[in-house]
Amino acid sequence: MATVSLKKLTKRYGNLEIVHGIDLDVADREFIALVGPSGCGKSTTLRMIAGLEEISGGAIEIGGKVVNDLPPRSRNISMVFQSYALYPHMTVRENMGFSLKIASRPQPEIDRRVAEASAILGLDQLLDRRPSQLSGGQRQRVAMGRAIVRDPEVFLFDEPLSNLDAKLRTQMRTEIKKLHAKVNSTVIYVTHDQVEAMTLSDRIVIMRDGYIEQVGTPDEVFRRPATRFVAGFIGSPPMNLVEAEIRDGKVDFGKGETLPLPRQFKGKVSVGQKVVLGLRPDDLYPSGHGIHSGEEEDVHQIELPVSVTEPLGNETLVFTEFTGRDWVSRMLNPRPLKAGDRIKMSFDLSQAHLFDAASGNTLRS
Amino acid sequence: MRPRRLSAPVLLLLPAFIVLAAVVLVPLLLSLYSSFTPFRLTRPATFFTFIWFDNYISIFASRDFWWAFGRTVLLLTVALNLEMLLGLGLAMLVEKASRGQRLLRTLMMFPMMFSPILVGFQFKFMFNDNVGVVNNALQSLGLSNSAIPWLIDGGLAFFAISAAEIWSSTSVFAILILAGLLAMPKEPIEAARVDGCTPWQTFRYVTWPFVMPFAYIAMTIRSLDVARAYDIVKIMTDGGPAGRTELLWTLISRTAYGDARMGLANAMAYVSIILSIVFTVYFFRKLAAARVQIGAEW
Ligand SMILES: Nc1ncnc2c1ncn2[C@@H]1O[C@H](COP(=O)(O)OP(=O)(O)O)[C@@H](O)[C@H]1O
Ligand SMILES: [Mg+2]
Repeated sequence: MATVSLKKLTKRYGNLEIVHGIDLDVADREFIALVGPSGCGKSTTLRMIAGLEEISGGAIEIGGKVVNDLPPRSRNISMVFQSYALYPHMTVRENMGFSLKIASRPQPEIDRRVAEASAILGLDQLLDRRPSQLSGGQRQRVAMGRAIVRDPEVFLFDEPLSNLDAKLRTQMRTEIKKLHAKVNSTVIYVTHDQVEAMTLSDRIVIMRDGYIEQVGTPDEVFRRPATRFVAGFIGSPPMNLVEAEIRDGKVDFGKGETLPLPRQFKGKVSVGQKVVLGLRPDDLYPSGHGIHSGEEEDVHQIELPVSVTEPLGNETLVFTEFTGRDWVSRMLNPRPLKAGDRIKMSFDLSQAHLFDAASGNTLRS
Repeated sequence: MRPRRLSAPVLLLLPAFIVLAAVVLVPLLLSLYSSFTPFRLTRPATFFTFIWFDNYISIFASRDFWWAFGRTVLLLTVALNLEMLLGLGLAMLVEKASRGQRLLRTLMMFPMMFSPILVGFQFKFMFNDNVGVVNNALQSLGLSNSAIPWLIDGGLAFFAISAAEIWSSTSVFAILILAGLLAMPKEPIEAARVDGCTPWQTFRYVTWPFVMPFAYIAMTIRSLDVARAYDIVKIMTDGGPAGRTELLWTLISRTAYGDARMGLANAMAYVSIILSIVFTVYFFRKLAAARVQIGAEW
C-alpha cells in the first residue's frame, strides 16, 4: 500500500514562504499530476516528498508512515528528473542497475531486472552506451528505466518530458501511460503542461503561488473549474474570460453589450455583483458550425465581426470582436472566412461559467 | 640578374624562427652536447673534449644520484597524495559553505601568494630546534621534553620539508577540485540519494568520478612542480644533513655551480627531465581516461 498524504505541508526559504500548508491525499496506485505555472512550487513540493528538500512545517506520510525525517533512500521512492540526472560515467546498464547494486542485490537479479526494464522501454540495444552517446529521448528512457528497475512504491516525476521536442513528447506521454498500467505504482507527476496532466492522470492538482486551487479528475477540472485561475489554465485554446456586472437578468459587459444570465446561475448572483464570465471556445461557434451541449433555448446568437482566423485543417479558430476584445471560438467543418466578415455567432450559455470577480471563486455551488 | 627574394611566408616567419632558435634551440643543443663532454666552468677548453656517454655512465653508477632520485620520487608520492587528500577535504568543506564562500576561497589561496623561498625560511624558523614554534608547542603541551632536532635528523628533515611543500601547495588541489565540484551538475547527486546511496556511497560512486579529472590536472601540474623542487629544500636544509635531504635539483645545481662540473650536471638534468616526462605522461593518460569516463565536453 503506497498512499501519499501531505498534511499542512509548508516550505519556507528564510522568511519567504513558498508552499503554504497544502493538504493532499494520493490513493494507492493513483496517477496524480501536479500542474501549475512555473514557479508555483510544484518541484519544491515533489522534492519534499522525495526527501531532497527539508520540510518547514506539516507532515508527509508514505504508506501511512510519517517520513518527515527519513532520508530519500529510506522512503522507497524513485524520481525522474527534468534534466534526467543520469550518471555520466556509467553505461546505461550500470545507470539502471545502480540502485540495486547499492542495495547489494545479487548480480543475476540485477541483470534480470535491468533486462526486463530495458525490454519495456526498448533500450536493449543501448545498454553498453554512455549517456553522452544517447539522444535526449533515449536519455529520458534511461532515466525512466532507472526508476522502474527499483520497483518503488511511489514514482515521482519532475517535468520529465519538458526537454523533449513536441513529437517525442507526445510519444513518450503515451509510453508513460502504458508504463503506469504495467508497473501499477502510485505516481506523482509534476508538469506545467496542462495537456500532459489531462491526458495522463487520474486526478489533477492545480497549484498556484504555493496554494492548491483545485483537485479533481481531468473531467471535473475541465467542466467545473473551481476558480477563474483553473478555468483559464486548463483547456487549449484557453477559455474566454471577461469581466462583467450582473443587471436584471443580464450579464452586462458595459457599453450596452450584454448576454442573458445563464439559467444555471439564476438565484446564485445578485444584481450589481461584479463577475467574470467564462465560455470555452468549444461553446462559442459560428452558427451552424458547432454543437450545443444543453438545451436549444440556452443558445444565444449575436452577429459579430471576424478579426482573425487560424485554420487548423479539421477546424478553424475564429476570433470575433465582442465587448471590446477578441473572443476565440472553435469552428467545426470550417468554411473560408476573412477578417471583417460579419457572422452570426452562437453562445452556448448552458456551458458558461461565472466567477466572483473579487475572489475568483466559481458562483456555481 | 635581380637578387633572389625570399617569399612572403618565409620572410614573415623568419623573426619567430630566429628568436626561437636563439632562446630555445641553441641552448638546448649546447646543453645536450655539453652533457657528452667533461665541461667544467673553470676550464673552458674541456668543452671541446667529446667523451661520449662517460657522464651518463658515471651517473648511473653514482649512489648519490640514485638516492637523490629516489628521494625526489618519494617526496613526489608523499606530497602529491597528501595534498590531494587535504585539498579534496578542503574543497568539499568550502563547497558546503553557503555563506562567505568567496572569502574562504580567497583565504584558501593564501599560501600560493608566498614565494617558496619565503615559505622555506618560515618553516626553517618554525622547525628550528631551539626557538622554533613546533618544539615550543610540543614542549608546552607536554608531548615532548627534549628539543626535537627537526632539521638535523635526516628523516625528520624530510618530514619538515614535506610539511612545507604540502602547506604551500595544497591549495592547487583544493582550487582545482573545488572548480570541479562547483561545475558538477547537482541532479546526479540527488538521483544517487534517491537511488539509495548513503553520503559516503554518493561520494564514492558519483562525486569522485566526476571530480577525478580535476584532481589529475592538479596532479600533472604538481608532479612537474615537485620533480623540479629546489627552493624550499635549498633554504631549509640545503640538502643536508650530510646529503640526507638531497633532491635531484639540489644535487644538480651543486654539481653545476658548486663543483663547476657543467657537463656532468647537464647529463643529470637530462635524466631527471625524463622523470618529469614520465609522470606527466602518466597523469595525462589518467586525465584523458577520466574525461572520457564522465563524458566531459572539454
Ligand atoms: N533554494 C531556494 N531558495 C529560495 N527560493 C527558492 C529556492 N528554490 C526555489 N525557490 C523558489 O520557490 C518557488 C517555487 O519553485 P519551484 O518549486 O521550483 O517551482 P515550479 O517547479 O513550480 O516551477 C520559486 O519562486 C523559486 O524561486
Ligand atoms: Mg519545477
